[in-house]
Amino acid sequence: MAKSNKPIVWGPFAAGGTITAFVTPVLIVLTLLAALGQSPRALSYDALRGFLGHWLSQVIVFGVIALSLWSSAHRLRITFFDFGVRHDRAVAAVLYLLAALGTVLTLFFLLRL
Amino acid sequence: MAEQVGRRPFVREVPKTRWFLRHPRYRRYMAREVTCIFIAVYTVILIVGIARLGQGPGAYEAFLQALRTPLSIAFHVVALAFSLYHTVTWFNLAPKAMPVRFGETALPHAAVAGAHYFAWVILTVVVLWLAGAF
Amino acid sequence: MSERRVELQVLRYDPEKDEIPHFQSYTVPFSDEWVVLDALNHVKEQTDPTLSYRWSCHMAVCGSCGMMINGEPMLACKAFMRDLPEVIRVEPLAHFPIERDLVTVVEDFMAKLARVKPYLIPKQRKDLDAGEYLQTPGELKRYKQYAQCINCMLCYAACPEYGLTPKFIGPAAITLAHRYNEDSRDGGRELRQEEIAAGEGVWECTFVGACSQVCPKHVDPAAALQQVKIASTLDWFREHTMPWLSK
Repeated sequence: MAKSNKPIVWGPFAAGGTITAFVTPVLIVLTLLAALGQSPRALSYDALRGFLGHWLSQVIVFGVIALSLWSSAHRLRITFFDFGVRHDRAVAAVLYLLAALGTVLTLFFLLRL
Repeated sequence: MAEQVGRRPFVREVPKTRWFLRHPRYRRYMAREVTCIFIAVYTVILIVGIARLGQGPGAYEAFLQALRTPLSIAFHVVALAFSLYHTVTWFNLAPKAMPVRFGETALPHAAVAGAHYFAWVILTVVVLWLAGAF
Repeated sequence: MSERRVELQVLRYDPEKDEIPHFQSYTVPFSDEWVVLDALNHVKEQTDPTLSYRWSCHMAVCGSCGMMINGEPMLACKAFMRDLPEVIRVEPLAHFPIERDLVTVVEDFMAKLARVKPYLIPKQRKDLDAGEYLQTPGELKRYKQYAQCINCMLCYAACPEYGLTPKFIGPAAITLAHRYNEDSRDGGRELRQEEIAAGEGVWECTFVGACSQVCPKHVDPAAALQQVKIASTLDWFREHTMPWLSK
C-alpha cells in the first residue's frame, strides 16, 4: 500500500487549527464590539489602514487568514464524510479550491492597501 | 479435517448519516467538527473587511454598518461560542499529540493544556488592550 | 426479603437458524460483587446453555470478553452490576460481524495486527553471546503505556471512523506499531510506515478520541495515533522538500 499524501493537507490543518484556537475568539470579540457599537480604536479606518500598511502585519494577517481557511476546509471535508457524503475527492477538490481562492483574494486585497 | 459448520456472519449496518446521534460522545465530536463552518464564515467576513478597507473610508464605513445589523450580531455570538468550543477541545487534546518530556519525566497532560490556556489568556488580553477595547 | 433481580437483554444470533439477530431476555439475581460476565455465566449454567460468548481470565487482562453493555464497549468482566441499571442490554462488540450470539469475527483484526510488523526489528543485529539489549527506565517509559494493550478491540467498537470505513487499520494496530517505533531497541519504523502512513492507516483517524475513552488499560491509543500523524507529516515534508536527507 502506498504512503498517503494526506500530510500535505494535514500539516496546514494542524497549524491552522492551533492558530484559530488561539486567535479567532479574540478577533470575534473585536468585531462583535464593533457590531455592538463599541468599536475598538484599532478598527477605525485610519488605525486599521495604518496597522495593515506595515509588511509584518500583512504577513501575520495573511498567515492567520490563509491557515484559518485551509484548516476549516480540511475539517469541513472530514465533516462531510462524517455526515455520510461519500464523494470525498469531489468534496475535497471544491473545498480546497475555495480555500485557495480565499487565500489568493486575501493576498490581493492586502497588497492593494 | 471437519468441514466448516455453516458460518454466516451477520454484518450490522452503521447508519452513515445518523451514527453520531447514538452517543453523547459522538454528538460532542460532531459539534467540535462543525465549529469549522463558523470559523470559515467569520474568516470570509474578515477578508471582506480587508477588501472594503482597500476601497476607501466610505466602503469601510458601509462594512462596519453591515456589522451592526441584528443578523451580524447573532452570528458573532454563535460564532464566538463555537470558536471557544474549538479552542477548548483543541487545547484539551493537544497534550496527547505532543508529549513533553524533560529527560525521563513527562509533563502531565493538565500542565501542557494549562500552558496553552495561560498563553491564550495573555494573548487575548494583550490583543484587546492593544486594540483599544478597554 | 425479596431478592433483587436484574433483566439481561442479550442479542442472540444462530447462523444456522436465524435470518437476523434478535433480543432474548433473561432474569438474573443481583449481587453486589457480580460483573456482567458473572450474570452471563449464571444464565449459561442455570438457564440457557446455548448462549455463546468469549471469556477467559475474568480479570481484564486477556481481552476476550469485550461486548456492548447498554451501548458502551466494555469488558464484561469489568462491568459491575452495581454500576448498571436494572435492565442491561448486552450485544456483541460493535463494528464487527457477528459469528454467533455475542461472538464476533476477529480474523480481520488479527490480520491488521500482523500487518504492522509487531516485533522488534533491531537497529543493529546482536549475537546472543554479545549480551542483552540495554534499556534505561526512561527509554522504557517512552513506550510502556502503549505496550499495555490486551487486544480487546473495545477501541474498534468505539471508533466511528472504523465503523464507517472497515478498511481502516484501526487504533490498536497503529498503537502497536507506535509501541515498537518508540522502543529504543527498534529500528523498523520505516518498514512499518508502508502500512501506517497509507490512506487506510493513520489518515482515516479524525481524532474523535473515543478509543482512549473506552480503553480498559489506559493505553491512550488516540495519543499514539496523533503522535504518529505528526511524525508521518514531518517525514512527508522532509522527503518531499529535502529528499537527499532520507535513507
